[in-house]
This record gives sequence, C-alpha cells and structure tokens, in this order.
Amino acid sequence: MNDMTQNNLERALKIVGTRPPRPDGVDKVTGRALFGSDKSLPNMLVGRVLRSPYAHAKIISIDTSKAEVLNGVKSIVTCADFEDFPSEFVPNGEMIVNLKDITRNIMAREKVLYVGHTVAAVAATSEDIAEKALGLIDIKYEVLPHVLEVEDAEKPDAPVLHEDMMTIGIEPSPKKASNVAKRVEFGFGDVEKGFAEADLIVEREFTTQQVHQGYIEPHACLASVSEDGQADLWCTTQGAFVVRNFCSKLLGLSAAQIKVTASEIGGGFGGKTVVYLEPLALALSRKSGRPVKMEMSRAEVFTSSGPTSGAKVWVKIGVKNDGRIIAGDCVLKYQAGAFQGAPVGPGAMCAFAPYDMVNVRAVGYDIVVNRPKVSAYRAPGGPISEYGVESVLDEIALKLEMDPIEIRLKNAAKEGTIAPYGPKLGPIGMIETLEAAKAHPHYSAPLGPNQGRGIASGFWFNIGGETSSSITINEDGTVGLTLGTTDIGGSRASMAMMASEELGVPMDLIKPVIGDTNSLGFNFLTGGSRATFSTGMTVVRSTREAIEELKKRAALLWEVDLNQVEWVDGHARLIAGDEPKTMSLAQIAKQAGKTGGPIMANCSMNVTGAGPSLGTHIVDVEVDTETGKVSIVRYTAIQDAGKAIHPAYVEGQMQGGAVQGIGWALNEEYIYNDKGELENTGFLDYRIPVCSDVPMIDTVIVEVPNPNHPYGVRGVGETPIIPPLAAISNAVSRATNIRFNELPLSPPKVLAKLMHG
Amino acid sequence: MEYVTPQSASEASQALLQEGAFALAGGTDLLVKLKTRFVSPSIVVDIKRVPKIMTIEQSAEGWWIGAATPCAEIVEHDSLSKDWSGIVEALSLIGSTQIQGRATLGGNLCNASPAADSVPALIAAGATCVISGQTKEREEAVENIVTAPGITTLSKGEFIIGFKLPKPKLRSGDAYLRLIPRSEMDIAVVGAGVSLSVTEDGKIEAVRVSLGAIAPTQVLLTGLEDIFVGKEPDDDAIQKLVAVAEKACKPIKDKRGTIEYRTKIAGVLAKRAFAIALKRANGY
Ligand SMILES: Cc1cc2nc3c(=O)[nH]c(=O)nc-3n(C[C@H](O)[C@H](O)[C@H](O)COP(=O)(O)OP(=O)(O)OC[C@H]3O[C@@H](n4cnc5c(N)ncnc54)[C@H](O)[C@@H]3O)c2cc1C
Repeated sequence: MNDMTQNNLERALKIVGTRPPRPDGVDKVTGRALFGSDKSLPNMLVGRVLRSPYAHAKIISIDTSKAEVLNGVKSIVTCADFEDFPSEFVPNGEMIVNLKDITRNIMAREKVLYVGHTVAAVAATSEDIAEKALGLIDIKYEVLPHVLEVEDAEKPDAPVLHEDMMTIGIEPSPKKASNVAKRVEFGFGDVEKGFAEADLIVEREFTTQQVHQGYIEPHACLASVSEDGQADLWCTTQGAFVVRNFCSKLLGLSAAQIKVTASEIGGGFGGKTVVYLEPLALALSRKSGRPVKMEMSRAEVFTSSGPTSGAKVWVKIGVKNDGRIIAGDCVLKYQAGAFQGAPVGPGAMCAFAPYDMVNVRAVGYDIVVNRPKVSAYRAPGGPISEYGVESVLDEIALKLEMDPIEIRLKNAAKEGTIAPYGPKLGPIGMIETLEAAKAHPHYSAPLGPNQGRGIASGFWFNIGGETSSSITINEDGTVGLTLGTTDIGGSRASMAMMASEELGVPMDLIKPVIGDTNSLGFNFLTGGSRATFSTGMTVVRSTREAIEELKKRAALLWEVDLNQVEWVDGHARLIAGDEPKTMSLAQIAKQAGKTGGPIMANCSMNVTGAGPSLGTHIVDVEVDTETGKVSIVRYTAIQDAGKAIHPAYVEGQMQGGAVQGIGWALNEEYIYNDKGELENTGFLDYRIPVCSDVPMIDTVIVEVPNPNHPYGVRGVGETPIIPPLAAISNAVSRATNIRFNELPLSPPKVLAKLMHG
Repeated sequence: MEYVTPQSASEASQALLQEGAFALAGGTDLLVKLKTRFVSPSIVVDIKRVPKIMTIEQSAEGWWIGAATPCAEIVEHDSLSKDWSGIVEALSLIGSTQIQGRATLGGNLCNASPAADSVPALIAAGATCVISGQTKEREEAVENIVTAPGITTLSKGEFIIGFKLPKPKLRSGDAYLRLIPRSEMDIAVVGAGVSLSVTEDGKIEAVRVSLGAIAPTQVLLTGLEDIFVGKEPDDDAIQKLVAVAEKACKPIKDKRGTIEYRTKIAGVLAKRAFAIALKRANGY
C-alpha cells in the first residue's frame, strides 16, 4: 500500500508549481459559465422581497390579503411560514451562527432590526406583478429608537435590540439586557508588569468603518420543490452542503430531501457562506408548487447581506529601547450588526500573532447595532485588529528610529513560539517574508515628494475541516475528479494538478467538477483558506488509492504479486523480471471490465493541520496635500504560501486581497443617515477600487512548507487582506508626518486631518 | 412604452410634445434611470437621426458640435482638441471608454446634474447651444439652460441640436479639472473649468471660470475681471480667485463630500485649472 501521508516536499515536481490554464477558464471568458441567476425552469415564478424601511421597529401586524388576490401572485411568505428555533450556537467556517438568529435574519419576526431587513416575500408570474404585490402588503410598525455605532450601543441608556441579551464572558454575569453580546479575552503573562518594565509605550485608538466584500455577482438562486417534498436548489454559494443544512433546518426538510448545486460564483469572500434568499425561494416554491427564481439588486446586497464590522480598536504596546516588545494589550469593539456574531474572537486571537510575545492580552466585545448582520469577510476580524497593532508598531519604530522591518524581525514569531491564542506554532514564514521584503528592490527605491512608504505584516490561522472527494479512472484513460468544496478561486485547477502529479498523467486528461450535495459526503464551505489545503489532501489520498488499485489490476494482468508492481510516470512497471515491462494507465483502464470493474476511489476526512500564513506588504503612497487625495504609487505583497500549487492563482489571491485592503483603507465605508438608512447602496458611492486606482501589485511567494500537507500547502486566500490597512495608513502617516488613526483615508478625511490635525 | 426615430428636427419636436416624452441621445443617463424605475417614459424619442445632430464642423466663427455626437468622436478630433483642450479634457473624463462611446454633450447638459463634467468647461468657453423647437430655433448661452438639479429652461417640444464654440482667441487656453476619490468611474466632488486669453505682454485679457458640483447648478464666477483683466496674474490675484471660488460654493453636505471639503477643493481646483489654462495660453 502506498503511504497515504507520505509527503512530496523533497520530490522533484513536474506539474505542481507550474502555471497551466484553468479547466473552467474557457467557459468563463466565453460567457458559457452559469452563475446564480443564469438558470431557468419551465413555469418559473419571480420572487421578490419586502424589506423594512426602519432601522428598528416592532412589527405590530402584517396583512398580505390584498397582495394575495392580485392576479399573478402565486405565493407569499412571512415569518408565519417559518418555524422558530431555540438559541443554539454552531460553528460556520470562521464564524459562529445561531439558528434562532438566522431564522429571524432571513425573515423578521417580532421586530425589524435594520433598514433592509426582510419582512415578506412574494412569488409571482412577472417581476412587475411581484413588485406591485410588495406594495400591497400592509405592515404596521411601531418605530423604536435605533443605534448604529458601538460607542452608542454600549451606553446604559442605549436602545436595546434584544431584550434577552445578557453579556456572556463577564463575571458576575449581568442581570440586565444590553447590546454587548459577549466579551472574549486571550493572552498570557502579565501586561501591567510588562508595561512597568518598558522603555517606551505607545497607546492609540483607531476607528474602522463597516465595509462590504463587494462581490460582483449579487445573491441569486432558483428553487424547485415538488409535490412529494423533494427540493432542488441552484444557488451562488461558497458551500452547497452548508446551504443544504441551513435550508433543511429552516424549512423542516431532511438533508436527503434537498439537493443543492453550487453555480459558478462571481465572488464571495466570505459573504456567501450563509443563506438569505435560498430559504425564501424554497418556501415560496413549496407554497406555490412552482419553481421560484430570486435575485438581489445591488442595493439589496448592500443593505441586506452580510458586510463586515466597523470597529473601535485600542492598542497599547510597550518596548525596550532595542525594539523588543515587552507587553502588548488591546481592546476591540466590533459591530455585529443586528444579531450577535462579530468576528471579534479571531480578531483578538490574531492581533499580536505575528510576534513572539512575552506579556500579551487581547480583549474583544461583540456588540449588536441596527445594521445588517455581519458575515465573514476574508480573514474575518483580522484586518481590523492587526491594523491597530501594526500602526502602533510603526509609530514605535519611528520613535526608536528603527527600520520598520528590523523591529518586526526582532519580534517575529517562529517555529516554537507560543501564539497569543494558546498553541505552540509549527514552522511559519514570518521571518522569511520580512527578509524577502527587506531584500526586495521596492524597499530601497527612492521616494518622490509627498510620498511615503509603509509596511505591515499579517497573520492568519487557516482551517481544515470536513472534506470529501472522489476520483474515477475512465475507460479511455481519462480521469474524473468530483469535488465538494466549492471552487471560488481556481481550486479545480490546483486539484487537477495534484492528481496529475500523483498519477503521472497530463493535466488535460483530468476533468475536475464540483459535485452537488447528493454526489459526495459532507464538505464544509470554502472559507478559512481551506479549499486547496483540505480538498488537496483528499484528492492526493484518493488518487493514491486509485493508483494502488491500478497497480492491483496490472498485477492481475501480469499474473504477478502486487509487490512486484510499482507506479512510475503514469505507468505500472514490473519491478523484477528480465526485461522492463510497463502498462499505461490507459491500457489498464481499458481492461478494467475484465479485472474487476470500474476503478474509482474516494476519500472523506476531517482535515486537520492547517498552517498559518504570514504576509508582509510594502506600499508607496503619494498624498496631494491640497486635496487630501492618496494615490497608491507602488505595491509589493510578499507571502508564505507553504507551497504554491499554481503560483499564478496564489499571486492572484495576493493581488486580490491587497486590492480589497486598499479599498478598505482608502474609500470604502457604509454611510448612514440619521434615520439609519444606508446612503451609498451602489458602487458609485461605495467606492471599491477600479483598475486604474491600483498599480500592478508585485508579488513574491515565499515557501515555508506546511509539514501537515503532502505538498506543503498553506491556505493563502485571506492573509493578503490583512496588511494593506496598516501599510497604507503607515505610508500616509510617513508621507505627511501626521499619524492617521482612522479609516478610510478618503480625501475629505485626510484633508481635514491635514488642516486641523 | 413607445420608441420613435424622427428623421427631422420638426418631427422630433412634434414627438417630444407628447405627454411623458423623453429625448434619447446616448442613453447613458436615461437608460440607467429607466432601469432603476426613476423615470417611466411613455415615449422615447431617439434624436440621433436629426440632421446635423451628430456632426462636428469648423467655420470662420468657430466650431459646431452636434448635441448627440458621442464623446469618443469629439475626443478623437485633433483640431478641435487643439482649439478647446479643456472641453475635450472634460469629455474624456466622463465615465470610461465604453461610456464615452455613447455619452453626448446634449445629454450631459440636459440631464442637469450639478456634477456634469462637460458643463463647467462649456460655460467657461462661452459656448452656446442651438435649441430646436416647434416653430423656431433659438440660441442660448449654456449657463442659462440648467436651473436646478434635473430641471432645464427647455420648453415642451424643445431639444438641443448642437453647441457653438467661438473660434479661440490668439494666446488663449482652457482647462478642466475635477476631483474624484477614485481615478475614474466616479462623480465629481468639484469640477472647475477655466478659459482665458492673455495679451502679448503677458497680461490677462479675458477670463471665465465655472465650477461644478458646488451648488444646485454650475456656477459662472463673477467679479474676476476686476481681479485679473489688464494685469499679470500674480499670487495675490490667484489668492483672490481662490476666495471668489470658495465664496461661490453653496454645496449640500452629502455622502460625496462635506461642505468644508467641497469649498476648499473649489478654490484648489480653480487655482490649478487657471494655471494650466494660463500655460496653454502662453503656448506651453
Ligand atoms: C457608468 C457611468 C459613468 C458616468 N460617468 C460620468 C462622468 O464621469 N461625468 C459625467 O459628467 N457624467 C457621467 N455619467 C453620466 C452620463 O454618461 C453623461 O451625463 C452623458 O453625457 C449623458 O449623455 P447621453 O447622451 O448618454 O444622455 P441620455 O441618457 O441620452 O440623456 C440624458 C438626459 O438628457 C436628455 N437629453 C439628451 N439629449 C438631449 C438633447 N439633445 N436635447 C434635450 N434633451 C436631451 C434626455 O432626455 C435625458 O433626460 C456616467 C454615466 C454612467 C452610466
């Protein structure tokens, strides 16, 4: 038997590490690829959602009678059509969710908690009729005062969103409900003692605004529930199995009754890990007996999906004169949106994680406000907390007149470091990325007038999780891979490459597809940078099992013992014997019928051993001091990928993360008016960067292999969104000699600070 | 909804007289409003077949630019670009390459947005527009068209056929600058158009400055003659220009920029656009 866990870290590789075109590429560039809203069924209805106009209000009554009799309306659902659930927290990727909250988020019950909160949904024979029907639904509200910012939500007299919310994690536990859902704390040592020993202490407060993932494809789905209760759901998602499980619970169906197929996805970044339209479409279809298609408008995506938290961050760091950090302390207050579950836990865990800390404490608060419930967004919570820490560290470097890379090198976490959140770290690439940054020509290039250079590092954990995939050897010698962890960033290519490397057959003979929820065992969603790591693990193992079977068949045909056969370059080879004898995969496959039937293998496991990925970014900015406009002049992203299976897609992740970070740092923000209405519900005023806003992002892939993966893979998708916030803020601060502690660094805000300090 | 393609100006006017009629040029504003249900026309009058409405012509008096000529064609017109660089610059900022393939001057003006990019440049240049109506044509200065956001002085049945730009004076130059938080695909926080000419000995002969996005309509700055005409534009004069620009601001505080910010930027852009126009007038 082949060793399933054997790693290939030392082996010379033929396919892994090259840059072949992606298997799904042609369909994408020719427009053939089917996205969430691209499917239709006969007799299909259009579903539309009625949303709350108020930020906070009690629902007194809902009257749908007028809408129901409108010609063309086939079904209407409200909270009365969904079961209620007791409070129970379950993990979902890097986030924690609660069914009691999810059922209230997909359809408001007692109260509406944000403008855009769903209150009813209609399925009708046309868009116009559905829209008209929404206008005929009569809802009586009692408007309540609302609260949008964490500092207001914390106040004793703040309007309380959930009358039963008692803060978890404080002793003694409170008797009075508040908007603070929980307090978390991580760390070790004695920070007070550390600060007492420090030669220099810098303490600062930071603000970040709520931002959206900005995926180009709006949420969309097509549901069809038959008379016997079998449900078929097509949707754009990062996790078909997770959608199945949510929907089966919310609708009272069994897992076997729902088949979910993930469409191609136009971006998710964590935002497509929960359900919004899917349970509504299923409920509307079940009630009407007809397929129902739903799609959000861009404005709905902004008001009613799951952006990430705005936050207040306080950071205090004490160092010795030589730059060694002696104590680090931070308090993070994250907006959760209307229901608890801000990513403050991971934020607190990773705040100081790039460093080897002596005394460290990170405290986080999860605070509900009248905004949409936050969802995961690329390294959820990490960019916010690390922005604070990396900014303070930069200021300390300036005060000590130390190079900002040197101070990080002096404190860098390495193999054996105890992470602030508990575990001892395995091999990690913090030092290697810093050294690569220092050596990069960008770091020593001259700067022009009004320009500044910023650097920052970032740490992200990455995860494994439940994974299942299968491989089939076709009769003609081609190979099929069925994968269940949704491909959101090119993972089909990486999976085919690993199978190709193992099998020794060209990649273009391997066809990877994403299976639906009936074709494989449970697969966790694509998040936590787990796809290439976890699915890769099952693909390598199932491929090795298939090779074992191929060898068996060759042994049978040659009438020799299995141990006489080895697998080399896509061929079975007889080890002993007078003359070398080989049989290709295709020859074996052709005779599979007479040697025992089709050849197939699968692997299902709960993958563990994900390796954290570290990154360091260098950015040059130019500040127009008369207008406050910041331009990104040059940008270099350096990251430890463990092993880049497909370097171009690793670089793509690094560049994409950097660009989203640039948007977060420079112009993106949710802007609310005093009624709690979101004012910028489109890309004109919610400013993600356009192409011309960013230079070509240079990348350097560093490879410090993860020993727990056969090829050394670490997840790479999330880390690159962490450094940009601080790197850009540090660069602007250095260009202007004024410390900036607030994001976004939009022209009006920068100019105001330049003018008034 | 009806869609018509009149072949003559009078046919177009006739069609536009109908209740709920909207003129369609490039459609880059109208179609967006249609899709978002902001307007629901009963009849869309495509004016692009009206004679002369898609032409660019040069005469002894200056230039004719048909109101429905796509910006991309104007941008590629070399001699027009030489004569009125600022106007062409303004057009080249509208949207993106794709948008400029459709967007027109007539649409930019008649959409009546305070942030329309071509309008301050046209006003600064002293452009006029030729308006076709039921019975007659009339000519009007560009600054007299828009009265409030979304509202123009055109009467029912009237539409713009084209714009007239004067032949530029010797030693003259124009320029347009706008500030947007991004680098393209954005809407002006402030726009500033400047057109000026200088005498042989470097004194200002004439100057017009118009600002966009700082008030409900574009503003033509007044009182500049006293500051500049007959003098060399020294620092003191520039400071006065900045003050006049800032004073002209009656912005609304909204998501695109605070009052303080827009006011400050109005001065900065007026100053910068003035400097570019001056350089051009001096032949650099
Ligand atoms: C993605 C995008 C980006 C944009 N970026 C910019 C930008 O950077 N700067 C900017 O200024 N604008 C921008 N715009 C707005 C728009 O492109 C411009 O205002 C453009 O000049 C409008 O011209 P049009 O021919 O497309 O107008 P249309 O949409 O055809 O018409 C606009 C309005 O004017 C009326 N109208 C059109 N022509 C005439 C006429 N000859 N006589 C009378 N009424 C008429 C129409 O009835 C309609 O009400 C952008 C639009 C989009 C979609």
